Amino acid sequence: MSEKKHRVSRRQFLNYTLTGVGGFMAAGILSPMVRFALDPILKEEAGQDMVAVAQVKDITTEPQRFDFKVKVKDAWYESEEPRSAWVFKDENGDIVALSPICKHLGCTVNWNGEKSNPNRFFCPCHYGLYEKDGTNVPNTPPPAPLDRYEYEVKDGTLYLGKAKPRGEA
Amino acid sequence: MLNKIYDWVDERLDITPLWRDIADHEVPEHVNPAHHFSAFVYCFGGLTFFVTVIQILSGMFLTMYYVPDIKNAWESVYYLQNEVAFGKIVRGMHHWGASLVIVMMFLHTLRVFFQGAYKKPRELNWIVGVLIFMVMMGLGFTGYLLPWDMKALFATKVGLQIAEATPVIGPAIKTLLAGHHEIVGAQTLTRFFAIHVFFLPGALLGLMAAHFLMIRKQGISGPL
Repeated sequence: MSEKKHRVSRRQFLNYTLTGVGGFMAAGILSPMVRFALDPILKEEAGQDMVAVAQVKDITTEPQRFDFKVKVKDAWYESEEPRSAWVFKDENGDIVALSPICKHLGCTVNWNGEKSNPNRFFCPCHYGLYEKDGTNVPNTPPPAPLDRYEYEVKDGTLYLGKAKPRGEA
Repeated sequence: MLNKIYDWVDERLDITPLWRDIADHEVPEHVNPAHHFSAFVYCFGGLTFFVTVIQILSGMFLTMYYVPDIKNAWESVYYLQNEVAFGKIVRGMHHWGASLVIVMMFLHTLRVFFQGAYKKPRELNWIVGVLIFMVMMGLGFTGYLLPWDMKALFATKVGLQIAEATPVIGPAIKTLLAGHHEIVGAQTLTRFFAIHVFFLPGALLGLMAAHFLMIRKQGISGPL
């Protein structure tokens, strides 16, 4: 049993065993805790119910602001959060519902908010501008068009879902 | 790879003596269960420490979800236990570990007592050990309230009444612990939380450091 004949010495073997067993125990202790902490990124995104917002007959070609409430479940805290949308019919008669949240830094935009820029959405925080269809005006701060709400029409009522970036809605 | 990183750091900072000092020490034959199986009784101190480490870790993770507030405490515990992955396990570790710490600590105390290991020159370490025992009891008492369910509330009311029974200063102690003259409520919960996660663990770490330094300095007591 001379140590020279073995490629792994007694000391090395004990070191490996100790490291292995120690690592196994540490993993057993830490893995549930780490999974526990990582839970938020692994949770499926909760879907959002479509909410009745307006009567279709009230919607014109001029953007109008409609306020509504969505049920939000924040872990153990459930609440109704206020939302609003700028809703109008475009030239094809299709309904467009824009989120009022500026794509620059999240302020709230207004239709015709500034007199020198008629028929545009205006953000008062940093003078961001958007065309009627939500496209951001070049050389103003916003980097992207306004988000669009998912929508559906049932029995003459407009229902809105989540606001999504243009192209995804 | 790891070896190279270690060598790189060691070359500059000479860290080897630091951990050698901690890790390399003689384990006397009478303490080694490989020689005398009955020496397993010497494991209880280390096991207490091991469970304490688990308590600290699981407690840190639990505070990611727990809220020390009378409106949210119970709900947040319910949420972390039933909605969060491995919530049952992590809370279970903290729950069962709390009892296990007391058991291990008690067995460790018994061993030291029956072997007379507390005698000169180790009296100071015995005293520090008793202080650790009290801190652990405090951790158990304050932690019990945190889920804010009926059992927790009434256990705490009983505990506070026991404190109140102290001669002369009893009522003052009780008010200080509960944060209010009569109500066991919002301020009691925040106080117990602060004591449970900051004050007592801080004291515990200091006392444990003293405990370990002393045993390394004096060495483990000789065979019976």
